[in-house]
Amino acid sequence: MKSMRSVAFGMACVAGALTTTSVFAATTLESVKEKGHLQCGVTSGLPGFSQPDEKGAWTGIDVDTCRAVAAAIFGDAKAVEFTPLTAKERFTALQSGEIDMLSRNTTWTLTRDVSLGLNFAGVNYYDGQGFLVNKDIGVDDATQLDGATVCIQAGTTTELNLSDYFRTKGMEFKPIVFDTSEQTVQGFAAGRCDVLTSDRSQLAALRSKLTDPSSAKILPNTISKEPLGPVVRQGDDQWFNIVKWVLSVQINAEELGITMANADEMLKSDNPSVQRLLGTDGDMGAKLGLPDDFGHAIVKQVGNYAEMYDRNVGPDTALGLERGINALWTDGGILYAPPVR
Amino acid sequence: MTEPMMKPPKRNLGPVKWMRTHLFSNWYNSLLTLAVGYLLVTSVGPLLNWLILDATFLGNGPDDCVGAGACWLFVKQRLNFFIYGFYPDELQWRVDVMFALLAVAFVPQFIERFPGRKWLGIFGITGLPIIGYVLIPGGVLGLEEVGSSKWGGLMLTLILAYIGILASLPIGVLLALGRRSDMPIIRGLCVVFIEVWRAVPLITVLFMASVMLPLFLPDGVSFEKLVRALIGITLWQSAYMAEVIRGGLQAIPRGQYEAAGALGLGYWRKMGLVILPQALKLVIPGIVNTFISLFKDTTLVLIIGLFDILGAVQSTIADPAWQNVAIEGYVFVAFCFWVFCFGISRYSQNLERKLDTGHKT
Repeated sequence: MKSMRSVAFGMACVAGALTTTSVFAATTLESVKEKGHLQCGVTSGLPGFSQPDEKGAWTGIDVDTCRAVAAAIFGDAKAVEFTPLTAKERFTALQSGEIDMLSRNTTWTLTRDVSLGLNFAGVNYYDGQGFLVNKDIGVDDATQLDGATVCIQAGTTTELNLSDYFRTKGMEFKPIVFDTSEQTVQGFAAGRCDVLTSDRSQLAALRSKLTDPSSAKILPNTISKEPLGPVVRQGDDQWFNIVKWVLSVQINAEELGITMANADEMLKSDNPSVQRLLGTDGDMGAKLGLPDDFGHAIVKQVGNYAEMYDRNVGPDTALGLERGINALWTDGGILYAPPVR
Repeated sequence: MTEPMMKPPKRNLGPVKWMRTHLFSNWYNSLLTLAVGYLLVTSVGPLLNWLILDATFLGNGPDDCVGAGACWLFVKQRLNFFIYGFYPDELQWRVDVMFALLAVAFVPQFIERFPGRKWLGIFGITGLPIIGYVLIPGGVLGLEEVGSSKWGGLMLTLILAYIGILASLPIGVLLALGRRSDMPIIRGLCVVFIEVWRAVPLITVLFMASVMLPLFLPDGVSFEKLVRALIGITLWQSAYMAEVIRGGLQAIPRGQYEAAGALGLGYWRKMGLVILPQALKLVIPGIVNTFISLFKDTTLVLIIGLFDILGAVQSTIADPAWQNVAIEGYVFVAFCFWVFCFGISRYSQNLERKLDTGHKT
């Protein structure tokens, strides 16, 4: 009897906590509209990508990608709630319907795209793995790193990329593995290794944690491709299209010179591309199941891609990243969004 | 003839005597004293300098932290986040009310003569959770709803620990009784439950709850990560609790069971009136030990992406705007944990003294 009671108690707890959601019953768009907000999975703290600020508000480029989708659907960039996820949980959370989209610094790879029941809806940041070296060792290029000791964070693809790179170059290295990025920097600062390796987007932030940031420099080499972007569940093409085109709208807006500041003014523009993007002409929104002025809401509230980039990771932020390959194709980068028409 | 009483020689008096017996009684004790003294002198000064004298308390931002000491400004500026997580500013009064009620219910427990403290204690384990259940998530009585994804910081740590502690004790008692039951099926079920949950690390339980469980649930059914974690923590903790309590049950002499039986008490009254009061009294140190370890184990929810106080601190120390504030952050967390765990421990010592479980007199 007693254990029956405890079981019954446990089940009562479970039953009390159960909330039925209609994630699978309806399309994602319908269920998001019904909930009244977008549920978005982000990292639990990665500078520039998604991190809580001092007021407890989420900031970062991944966070803004979520906000842009919310702006497109509801006309309100604030209609989004964030679920911080660890690297291991992220895909399960999306598969199980706990979140509507995942925007968590996730590299687009073939395996992930085809075997997890997920779709990558684009790339909001082109990253790659790089090196931070102590200036004292006098190395200017990664090919001179033969025999170096390298500080790495455990359990990341960084480790695999590193050994791939050294093997193909016929070089050797001695890995020193740390548990967190904080410890990795401490190890580097304490001189336990000559080189620290991580995604390039993080190297500048890690470098700024050193007591004397000028004692270290970032090598020009990029040893892996890390296209990072938002992910959605497979099998709901409408939702996939929405996320994909929200990102494209932001990139196109930069190309067309539409900004947060001039979004209202641009409504009067007689450029047909601008008119279609802002919804003053055509029915682009309706085709996606969104309001026709969704483009205006995105740019007005979140900004175009350049504004999103500069605000979170750009040269004036603590990360201080130049646009590099993340510039528009017209500026020597590789950002090229299909046209809104 | 009475000799005037002579004072003992100076070396056998006061601090000198005390030092001679306690610090310099023989050559190796003298050596240890000197070594420890040297360590204290060399470490306390720099520690104080870092903690207080050279530390930065005032300022507007990262640029003000230039001294050699700790940058408490960082903790100060992020305090709101460390305590409330993402809970909306304008609704934080609801959490404050809960903090206040928690204090009202439990602080008097330390004051022997506080009037009605027993009732406050009972309120703390009955009314308080109910009020919290309404107030914190909201969504009823015209309160704006705040989803659990917005809970965090110290508040989340306390919620996890409080519910874990509150729920695991009764479940643990039932499991312990079940394990000592004469009915083979009940006993078997309890043994299996306890041995399975106790043999699994909490990290595994949390991972299962956050990563695997959602995949097993039927389509259209999902419940929040926090609730899944709470159920996992509670079940895991109740298995531990059961074994602690079973220890107490086994310490009660057979005569007590037989005497209760001879009075004609049925099973539940025998246990409730005679056996459990004695058994629980005996194992207070063990129970409190388990509570404290649960309180600290709640930090493991960090690995499933919940922002308890440690998670909140860890995510903010990565902020590139602040240089190396990791130590300050961790010291702050350690201090918070120490305050609460020490409080629990003092309370249990009070309780033991009152119930005289040590049988010292």
